[in-house]
Amino acid sequence: MFPELNNLLNTTPDRAEQGKLTLLCDAKTDGSFLVHHFLSFYLKANCKVCFVALIQSFSHYNIVGQKLGVNLTMARERGQLVFLEGLKSAVDVFFQAQEKPHPLQFLREASAGNLKPLFEFVRDALKPVDSGAAGWTYPVLLVDDLSVLLSLGLGAVAVLDFIHYCRATVCWELKGNVVVLVHDSGDVEDEENDILLNGLSHQSHLILRAEGLATGFCRDVHGQLRILWRRPSQSTSQRDQSLTYQYKIQDRSVSFFAKGMSPAVL
Amino acid sequence: MATVATCGGDAVGVGSAVATASKSNVTSFQRRGPRVSGTNDSGPRLVSITGTRPSVRNGQLLVSTGLPALDQLLGGGLAVGTVLLIEEDKYNIYSSLLFKYFLAEGIVNGHTLLVASANEDPANILQQIRPVSSSRFGHYYDASKRIPQELIEASKWHGFFLPEKISPTLKVEPCSLTHGYIKLLQFIQNIIYEEGFDGSNPQKKQKNILRIGIQNLGSPLWGDDICCTENGDSGHNLTKFLYVLRGLLRTSLSACIITMPTHLIQNKAFIAHVTNLSDTVVGLESFIGSERETNPLYKDYHGLIHIRQIPRLNNLVCDESDVKDLGFKLKRKLFTIEWVQDNYLRQERNIYPPGFSYLLKQKDSAWGEGSLQHSTFLMSFLAKGMGFPFFQLKLLLKDGFVLIKKGMLRDDSLRCSHSAI
Repeated sequence: MFPELNNLLNTTPDRAEQGKLTLLCDAKTDGSFLVHHFLSFYLKANCKVCFVALIQSFSHYNIVGQKLGVNLTMARERGQLVFLEGLKSAVDVFFQAQEKPHPLQFLREASAGNLKPLFEFVRDALKPVDSGAAGWTYPVLLVDDLSVLLSLGLGAVAVLDFIHYCRATVCWELKGNVVVLVHDSGDVEDEENDILLNGLSHQSHLILRAEGLATGFCRDVHGQLRILWRRPSQSTSQRDQSLTYQYKIQDRSVSFFAKGMSPAVL
Repeated sequence: MATVATCGGDAVGVGSAVATASKSNVTSFQRRGPRVSGTNDSGPRLVSITGTRPSVRNGQLLVSTGLPALDQLLGGGLAVGTVLLIEEDKYNIYSSLLFKYFLAEGIVNGHTLLVASANEDPANILQQIRPVSSSRFGHYYDASKRIPQELIEASKWHGFFLPEKISPTLKVEPCSLTHGYIKLLQFIQNIIYEEGFDGSNPQKKQKNILRIGIQNLGSPLWGDDICCTENGDSGHNLTKFLYVLRGLLRTSLSACIITMPTHLIQNKAFIAHVTNLSDTVVGLESFIGSERETNPLYKDYHGLIHIRQIPRLNNLVCDESDVKDLGFKLKRKLFTIEWVQDNYLRQERNIYPPGFSYLLKQKDSAWGEGSLQHSTFLMSFLAKGMGFPFFQLKLLLKDGFVLIKKGMLRDDSLRCSHSAI
């Protein structure tokens, strides 16, 4: 996790809020550093994490996680981390017919499917074990990323249904958190992605939006991060709080600064 | 990825130094010595794979794309286990050239090849590859020589020619993917498994790279309608194919090049999906037949090359090149990629004669890019022309912000640093 980002979000692993949906989105840049942050954050907070990693392999997250101070292999071995590796599972489900429904069953279907098997996988992964000996604080679902599901043929409504079920189970029933990443297509007309993004923005408690700079590529400032705190349940009289920072990604950390205060300029 | 653990350990023995060739064929990745002296003497002697080298950033195993200029722009080469997607130029001239360079690099290094095409027999494709002869660091294609037949026959290759693999009268039941794509995936998976590239077969200790080349993916000849209709690919055949293909690559010692005629795809959102599902994406834009052919700005170049995406593998950062305006030209022996700067300078000097002060608005660059890099670069160049060692740049940005950058010219002022507000 990035200590500077914790300061901006005003959280630490010890006293993070529960029952929240966090939406990560990126536009014209790569927002995957936020996924790495939240993965290491919740592992350090001693949560039970279910990570649906659809876009990269396990070793990628493991190597970056080691730079951030968490060991994913060990977390998986002791049961703290349940990791669904999308790329590897896709090969399994595609070439061999499965007896029981596989979380990525929709890859085998010709028409648009639904994500019920994936939800059942998440629910089984995060349901509290009766023995209770493990002592994890609360469950967390992390998805990287939802736009892949749209690319693979699922409709925005199916993905929204999946998130709805996950929220009901993880956030409300189990008092845990859900963090998802969605790409913003920007000026490209992608109707399904816009529906998904708008729908999720409406339900989220916290939105982190990583954007590329409007002036183009820059070596010292990699992008801009917009943080938006929302209170979807309360009345709209209280205004949502929003902050904007610029950031530069380094090898092991990300440094944040106010707009125009990049160390390269000062 | 699995490859790093097994093969990336012996970084000492692999170097990319200028060749004093011990072998007759020289590639851009040359081992310093014939044997590997690994740093860990306790374990069994690890043999490094020919034609690969670890990345300087994170030890990721890389292979050459066949073009040293492109390797440099991609951060050293193409990572093993990833996909390089080439967005074809309009007449598929330069993209098929890059495709063949990739395969030629494989032949020279003794890699196994897998060539898949729907419109051309893979054997013909391999026949067209010119031999590599070089006297220095780089690749040269000598147009006068033919590739010796023995070299092709000595190299291991597998061809997938779509008309041979499926018969047109086959009754196809509806399934999740186009029939041609299913056959191709099964073919690739078969080769990977049979020849041990995924390490699953204990008898076959494969210490070689499988280079997969797929030509014109997405064209109607593959049975896909994404290029024909505006709302094509309703079954998401191509994206599912890419996803499963990447899953196969990630767990094997292979690298894949795909050329795709994206200029035929009308659904731009689809191209964004394909980009997200690929690792490295390079776009080629040739000037043939376009108005840019007669533009004096581009008279030395055959086209532009756009590095659209570079993956961040095992890392938070990636080796992105600072330079975004790259042109390529194909001389008789050499395919070079250069920063299109000299012509730009000439053009700009005509627009902004020295001796005046200018307030540059954001989009005043001749390229219309609006990137801060262009403006800063431009001002430093103009200042140099005036003979003043100092320059001051005022840039009017959005929201009333004004960037004032003062600088002193250095020898490399053409690449002076810049930042954004």
